[in-house]
Formats: sequence, structure tokens, C-alpha cells
Amino acid sequence: MRLDLNHIKQWIEPGSRVLDLGCGDGEFLSQLQQERNVIGVGLEIDHDNISDAIARGLNIIEQDMDRGLSNFPDHSFDTVVMAHALQVLHYPDLVIDEMLRIGQQCIVTFPNFGHWSCRWYLASHGRMPVSKFMPHNWYDTPNIHFCTVQDFELLCSEKGIRILQRDMVTQQSGAQWAADRWPNLFASTAIYHIAR
Amino acid sequence: MADTAEASIGVVTPQREHFSEGLMLACGRRLPEFELVYESYGTLNAAASNAILICHALSGHHHAAGYHSEEDDKPGWWDACIGPGKPIDTDRFFVVSLNNLGGCHGSTGPRSINPETGNEYGPDFPPMRARDWVNSQALLADRLGIECWAAVIGGSLGGMQAMRWSLLYPQRVAHCIVIAAALKLSAQNIAFNEIARQAITSDPDFYEGHYLQHKTIPSQGLAIARMVGHITYLSDDAMADKFGRDLRSGDFSDNASGEVEFQVESYLRHQGNAFSHSFDANTYILMTRALDWFDLARDYGDDPARAFADCQASFLVISFSSDWRFSPERSREIVDALLAAGKPVTYSNIEADQGHDAFLLPIPRYLDVFHAYMKRVGAQ
Repeated sequence: MRLDLNHIKQWIEPGSRVLDLGCGDGEFLSQLQQERNVIGVGLEIDHDNISDAIARGLNIIEQDMDRGLSNFPDHSFDTVVMAHALQVLHYPDLVIDEMLRIGQQCIVTFPNFGHWSCRWYLASHGRMPVSKFMPHNWYDTPNIHFCTVQDFELLCSEKGIRILQRDMVTQQSGAQWAADRWPNLFASTAIYHIAR
Repeated sequence: MADTAEASIGVVTPQREHFSEGLMLACGRRLPEFELVYESYGTLNAAASNAILICHALSGHHHAAGYHSEEDDKPGWWDACIGPGKPIDTDRFFVVSLNNLGGCHGSTGPRSINPETGNEYGPDFPPMRARDWVNSQALLADRLGIECWAAVIGGSLGGMQAMRWSLLYPQRVAHCIVIAAALKLSAQNIAFNEIARQAITSDPDFYEGHYLQHKTIPSQGLAIARMVGHITYLSDDAMADKFGRDLRSGDFSDNASGEVEFQVESYLRHQGNAFSHSFDANTYILMTRALDWFDLARDYGDDPARAFADCQASFLVISFSSDWRFSPERSREIVDALLAAGKPVTYSNIEADQGHDAFLLPIPRYLDVFHAYMKRVGAQ
């Protein structure tokens, strides 16, 4: 279980309807169903993940969110979650618009490209950062739209999106205070709870 | 029986149920009495909670799995999916597969004797709608002591029946599995069916459907109907792979004698010919009309989401990438209607180059998804 998913749970009302975009093998949605009794739907395109998620008893739709979500009615879910998928989308801004149309509220998590280690790597090596966290080379990475905490908040303000809550995650123990104080520099993962 | 018998249900014997109570039909006519032929695989549990209904497609029948004798070398039409350890696991489920009313494999149909005239029904057999089949299948379920199906499953026209089940008998369907189907046929689809019907009815041996009285069958027309249908069940790629431009006889060299025949011509003729001697022309017309007329949302203000509003089943919808007769777009319409109705639905589009026929074939990812979902059906 990725760190960010445990943070998300607290913002999801028991018994609510949850749409999980890029639900992977359904582990998170399955936990939400068991622990919070949510009515969940997952979107996924990876074949193995789809089979695994179906075997967990989840309702899974094979659909590429980059090609639109217009088949989901307005406000048909209480919460729309997209965990660590923003950076792989061709149209992240449009997908966020769609999420806010479909859900009463949304939760978005993404790796913060403004983290000091990315900056240090780029500054010292002069090359695109590669780390355990982001193991791909620039030419074969699925991550095509990296952003920073500041970038994301700027987009929200331009689009008139309300940030209800945010949670900054760091993988270094003892650095939480720094991540809270200067998230753009010290948060490795940003978690946003947003609404229109 | 094939060598792979260990994964087969083995030898099965068709059974019959007679319904003297008859059936009121959607067309306003009444079948005074009727018979359904069916097969069952596996064992019904004490709570009768593990029963699966298989609905067949246009040219299908009750023999979905296993063999009819030790010498039989051809298993039932859906043996890829029904059997021990297969997605529809006969070690776990009690599977019922019947021949639909109006069929020509043993259930009451155009070849049966009309008790009111003493002659075969022939073209006077009443037109069937998917809902008539569902109603007759519900009577069979009553007879078998099945209050609620763990799942109603069908491909193509069978998928349409499965959806109709979920609307007409919402309390009697726990899961509805709809494979390579549609909410209604497209104009192109109806057009292909009309070519098939025209081929049959313009055969001089058709005699307006009374061919049996003339001791003949419109075999040429039925063969052409099947050939047209068969092409639409395959994809361009599948036909290229299977036949290409290979020649069965003749060649294109200078001074070549003998007729040039492509493999695909010979194959289609063989398929058409075999079909024309095993299928009834009036049944073919009846089945294609039932397909054409099916429109799930017609009675619900043409709003499929409203149609699904009262159903209580969970749905699995599967489509195949190269299926152009019942394309993935048609399946997504089903999924979208279910989403709009707020119903539980799982959808997968399987990459396969076999066209519409893919739903009958053991394609690994298809079986994988099907297996995973049936695990859920079995767990409930």
C-alpha cells in the first residue's frame, strides 16, 4: 500500500460512492469497501490489474480516462479519486475538470517534482532526475506531465478549484515538519482534497 | 470424445420438459402447449443458489458443453467456457442450457406439430421476441426449482436475452453476463439479416415457408444466408490469417487449365452447405427477426438507463476489439446505461482478431476476465 492511499482514506465518508481512476489491482478500493463500506467503481486499462481487481469482487470499467469520462453522469459519485496518475495523462487539466463534474469532491495525489532531490539531481547532474521513486529514463517514462506543488495550486486557482485540504507526505523520517512548512521543497507526494 | 476430455463435462444427455399450460406471447398469440429441450451440467446445491442459465445466440442450441457419446468428436458450442475448472465451472455451478422456443433442435418450433391443425407449424409458428424466450425460460426455472439464477449468461442474441431477464425478473437474476451484445441492432446489422432472409425466401424451394409439405428444403437460400452471416462473424484480419488468397484448386499460370478456386470460397460453401442441412429455414427467419426487433429501451421511453432502473443484478459486459457485428461501442452503450442507472457493472474489451466469433473461443485474456468474475458469482 502506497503511503498516500492511507492518507486519502480519512477523507472518504463511510457508505459513499467512490470512483477510483486508475485503480490498479483494486487493493485500495477493496480496502475502502471493507473498512468504509463504500460503493466503489474502478477505472483501469492494464489487463493484469483488471483481472486482479475483478477477482477481488470489484466493479471495474476498462476505460482510458485520457479519452474522456463523458459517460459518467454529473455528480454521480461522492468522491472521485486519482492516485498517482496525473503525471501519466495527456490531458491532466481536462481530466481534473471531468473529475470535478462527476464527483462532489475529488482527491488527487501526485509526486512532487519540486522536491529538493529532483532539483539537486537536475542542478548537479544536469540530467532529468532518475531515482528509486522515479526509475524511468526521460525517453521511456510513462510520466509525461510532471508538476510541482506550486504548479498544481496555480492550476487550481486559475480554474477556480477550491482546495479543501492538503496533505504533504515525505519519505524521510523526521522531515514531516519541513514538508508541512515548505511542501514545494520537501514533500515527495502531494495529496489534495478539492472541489468546485 | 477428444483427448482433452479431462477438462470436459464428458457425456451429457439432453432432457425435455413439457409445458401443457402454454405461453402467452408478445405478439398477442398463445402457444397452447410447448416443449423445451435442455441440458444441465454440474449439481444443483441444496439451496438452489448455484444455478447458471446459458442463453444461446442465433444458431445455437441446448448442447453447450460436453459430448453426446463416447464416439462424439465435436463438443458443445461453448465447451471453451463451460466445464470443470473452466470459467463456468461445473464443479461449482449447476448449468442449464436450453434450446429456445422457435428453434430447430428439439424445442417447440416451426418443425413441431401444431396441435390445432395436426400439421407442422412451418411459417405459421408465431414470431418470437426475446421476452417470450425469457418467459419460457422462467417456467423452466420454476420446474427445476430455481428461484434465482446465480447468473444468466449469454453472447450476442444470448446477451440480449440475459439483459431482458434482468428487466423482466429483477429478483431472479443475481448476476447478468452480457458478451458481444447490444441494446439494439444497428441498421447495418438489420441489413445483413435482411439479405439472409431474402436469400431464403427467394429460393424456389422455399414455398412461402411450406417447404416440408413439398418434401424439400430451401438449402441454397439457407446456405447463402449462412455464408453472409459467417462473413460478418469474422474479421478482415481473421479471414486474411485463415485463408489469405490461398488457392484450393487451379492456378494463374499461362495456359493453366481447370477452375481457379480460392480456399475462402470452398470454406464458405462448405459452411453454408453443412448449415443448410442442419438448420431450419423458418427458424432462421424467426431468429433473425427476433434479433432485429430487439430494442431493450423501446418500452422505457428509449432511455436505456430507465430500462435498467429496477434491475437488481450485477453486470459483467465483455466486447471484442475486432467484432464489427456487435462492436465494442455497442457494449459501451450498455455499460454507460448501467452507469447512468447507478447499477454495478464491470466491463472489459478483449483484444482479439477473431471478430464476433471470438466470444466462442478460448482466448486467454477473455477466459481470465470471465474466470475472475465467475469467482465473484460463486462467492455470493
